Amino acid sequence: MSSIDPTTTTIETEADSASAPPDVRHGVLRRTFRAKRAWIGAIALALITLWAFVGPLLAPYNATDSDVLAFGAAPGGGHWFGTNDIGQDVYAQTLVGLQKSIIIGLIAGPLATLIAGFVGAIAGYFGGVADRVIVWVIDLLLVIPSFFILVLVSPIFKQLSWVALVVLISVFSWMIMARVVRGQTMSLRERDFVKAARYMGVKPLTIIRRHIIPNVASLLIIDATLGVGAAIIFESTLSYFGFGIQVPDVSLGSLLASYSNAAVTRPWLFALPAATLIATVLATSLLGDAFRDAIDPTSGANRD
Amino acid sequence: MTEPLLRVDDLHVTFGGQSQQVHAVRGVSYEVNRGEFLGIVGESGSGKSVSSTAVMGLLPSSAKVTGSIRYDGRELLDLDDKQLSRIRGSEIAMIFQDPLSALTPVYTIGQQIIEGLKLHDRSISNQAARARAVELLGVVGIPNPQRRVDSFPHEFSGGMRQRAMIAIAIANDPKLIIADEPTTALDVTIQAQILEVLQKAKEITGAAVVLITHDLGVVAGNADRVAVMYAGRIVEQAPVDQLFAAPAMPYTIGLLRSMPNMAAPREERLVPLEGRPPLLTQLPKGCPFADRCPAAFAACRGEEPALLPVAGDDGHVAACIRAEEIAAGRLRRPDIFPRPEEVEAVPVARVDSAPVVELRDVKRTFPVMKGTVFRRRIGTVKAVDGVSFSIGRGTTLGLVGESGSGKTTTILELMELAKAQHGSISINGVDTATLSQADRRKLRSEIQIVFQDPMASLDPRMSIQDIIAEPLTVTGAPKDEQVRKVARMLELVGLEPSFANRYPHQFSGGQRQRIGIARALIVEPKILVLDEPVSALDVSVQAGVLNLLEDLKARLGLSYLFVAHDLAVVRHIADDVAVMYLGRIVEYGPADLIFSDPRHPYTQALFSAVPVPDPQVERTRSRVLLQGDLPSPLDEITGCPFRSRCPLYKLLPEDRQRRCAEEDPAARTVHDREVRCHWAEEERFDVAV
Repeated sequence: MSSIDPTTTTIETEADSASAPPDVRHGVLRRTFRAKRAWIGAIALALITLWAFVGPLLAPYNATDSDVLAFGAAPGGGHWFGTNDIGQDVYAQTLVGLQKSIIIGLIAGPLATLIAGFVGAIAGYFGGVADRVIVWVIDLLLVIPSFFILVLVSPIFKQLSWVALVVLISVFSWMIMARVVRGQTMSLRERDFVKAARYMGVKPLTIIRRHIIPNVASLLIIDATLGVGAAIIFESTLSYFGFGIQVPDVSLGSLLASYSNAAVTRPWLFALPAATLIATVLATSLLGDAFRDAIDPTSGANRD
Repeated sequence: MTEPLLRVDDLHVTFGGQSQQVHAVRGVSYEVNRGEFLGIVGESGSGKSVSSTAVMGLLPSSAKVTGSIRYDGRELLDLDDKQLSRIRGSEIAMIFQDPLSALTPVYTIGQQIIEGLKLHDRSISNQAARARAVELLGVVGIPNPQRRVDSFPHEFSGGMRQRAMIAIAIANDPKLIIADEPTTALDVTIQAQILEVLQKAKEITGAAVVLITHDLGVVAGNADRVAVMYAGRIVEQAPVDQLFAAPAMPYTIGLLRSMPNMAAPREERLVPLEGRPPLLTQLPKGCPFADRCPAAFAACRGEEPALLPVAGDDGHVAACIRAEEIAAGRLRRPDIFPRPEEVEAVPVARVDSAPVVELRDVKRTFPVMKGTVFRRRIGTVKAVDGVSFSIGRGTTLGLVGESGSGKTTTILELMELAKAQHGSISINGVDTATLSQADRRKLRSEIQIVFQDPMASLDPRMSIQDIIAEPLTVTGAPKDEQVRKVARMLELVGLEPSFANRYPHQFSGGQRQRIGIARALIVEPKILVLDEPVSALDVSVQAGVLNLLEDLKARLGLSYLFVAHDLAVVRHIADDVAVMYLGRIVEYGPADLIFSDPRHPYTQALFSAVPVPDPQVERTRSRVLLQGDLPSPLDEITGCPFRSRCPLYKLLPEDRQRRCAEEDPAARTVHDREVRCHWAEEERFDVAV
């Protein structure tokens, strides 16, 4: 005999509910890739990344050596993107620059999201003084034009490596997301399962890690994906004006800067690296957009 | 009259596209005669609201509606929206469940009534319309209608908004009023008032009323005829007395037997109605109730039974192939749903009389601030104003009161395990104010909480295993021990241990509440705080969870603090009862004593407001109706706080009234319980209406 009154025992009648997706995130992934945009974005991004890192190994020239037989050559022959004034292969340079841009984007975008997630969750969960200080910092960073700050401090990090640039980009792009996470956390905080955890004696940081972050994870994933594209653009802008990546490093931005004066006379020097930049950012945006539509059914393409 | 006012014939409503069709309503037919009161009862998802929304022509365009709805000789399904609009509001009026979202917040109540009047009668002058609006508000019992007509909806309380909705509904003397769960969002005392107003509105206008509800008690006292819906169909329909006295469909029988009843003795166990309604996307062949029906046999699964007259009874129809047997008494009703046997209680040593929980004069106030730059205190909300009670080992204290009475604040104050703002809280004899951070964490395993909404209290991102094991992570129990304990807990609350790796959304409401109980019990607490644990569940599921709680209490020797607004449930489960009003306990003592002989006028009114699922009792018993709503907790009240609504106060001679107005009654022991009323010893005044 069962240990308990058999009449109070419920039996799951629907056997097929067991086959339902066990994880909500899993469902989001499936919905994301129902959109064609997501596939295009993901495949394009994968191809571009592969190209950036494998391409240089297969290319006939490297980025620094001069080809004395072809100064300022148009695309064709062995130089697929042409060469510059001193005979350097633009294709190889673009790939090296792309590598750096992708690495910066992939680190800076998610790093900003990470900061946003933690700072926002802490502000929203603890409230009070912590919240007020954090909101004050966020508002301050939002009203200060970040571009000028970066320009001002650029002499300092000119001596540092590109990693400093990554950190700086992240530091200036987490604020809006942090506010969103803070708002979400404040409403999650009042939910019964968070209250239940509190009354069990679970420590606040554990609650944030276990209950808050997973429940805003979808937002964070979107933000990280869209953030990659934004960081690449930001870095390129800075580098274009000479405040970003410093020689000997190259990125797409610094490449564009050095060839911008040739944009009219020898368009390939400018147009082909620019096209690569646009393709990369477009791919991340397509993927990020598809994520957002899958998670928030009221936004974008799913709305009717 | 030959032609009924409303005749719904073979109504089908389907939502969704080809891939996933939801058959919300499947062949519903009913009639409403002029001046009749029809009650439609069903659980959530039974299609009761959809079928009446179809009558109003208010379904979204994605719904496919077939069948026939004839109103007063006209076919409503053939009319276009413009023609329907002429009927809506003037001939058929609707009262919605949520009066806040049904009223436009940017217009005054008066403007909204006048809008309704002018839409259907262009010739009415502004003055006449306004005069009529004031008159209508008076009819539905809003005090000071002259002044209140210019109020905005947010200035009204929930009960007053629902009154205003009724005023709008009856503005054009409709012939038919459809009320969709008009009292579900309201407290029992307000519910009693609203039902009274609805009856009055019916008398004044002579309209027929269709009342849609999930509460059998509500229809028992009001309806002439009742239709029971299940899985998109009407499964039984009969005159109200007939339905309650001799139901012929097993679903109705089960529903009636699963309801806790204020009038029934407390020892009687509830009869659970197991399982859940079929999904409306894929209906099983045969009777949709067959899976949950103890009287089902092979023939039930073959073909869906038609709604056929039950022999010998006029106007009684039931959709069950065994209805004849049931009606004739060959299949006895109690045999279909037998009462489960009592689980033997673990003998609890009552000798150690030290209470496990004790609150002494606990107060909790919240400041009300105004201004953004210079914040200043403009008032104080006394959410809890001097509450004292104690819970003995193995007993249940029921904490009851209307919303806003401070029940939830009291238990949250208790669950913090911190120093109270005022007064003292002790658990197992230890004052919580003296605890260190580490002691507090240790004490948390002694007292656990189960929340009202079983969906909100389980993290949707976590598996059942992780949810139930969460309290164990605090003590850092090893993984394999967690898995073992979770399996045992699932079994204890009557769920399969194999459910551990599923997620909350895969379970029904009742099952989720069992999971919440399992989580609370895994650390083997001695005290369980239950915050309205069954109020979010359907009646049929409620009984199973209540029985489970009783079993667990008996087997594990638990003490419960049971917070509820449903007095029938409290009557069923509590040993002691504390009635709260405006942050204080007005009557506190043994449950049997208080339920049989309430001494405080508020307790009397509260009990009398609870509808009893028995039409005979409902018609004969006298009622104590409360006036108005709970006063704002911001008000400074001198004297007895209940004075403004007290039915007894109005009957008192002037000198005694003065005492109520000037002196705040202290808690005194009268007839073996604590009461806060100056006149509790008096033999009861006849305050009943």
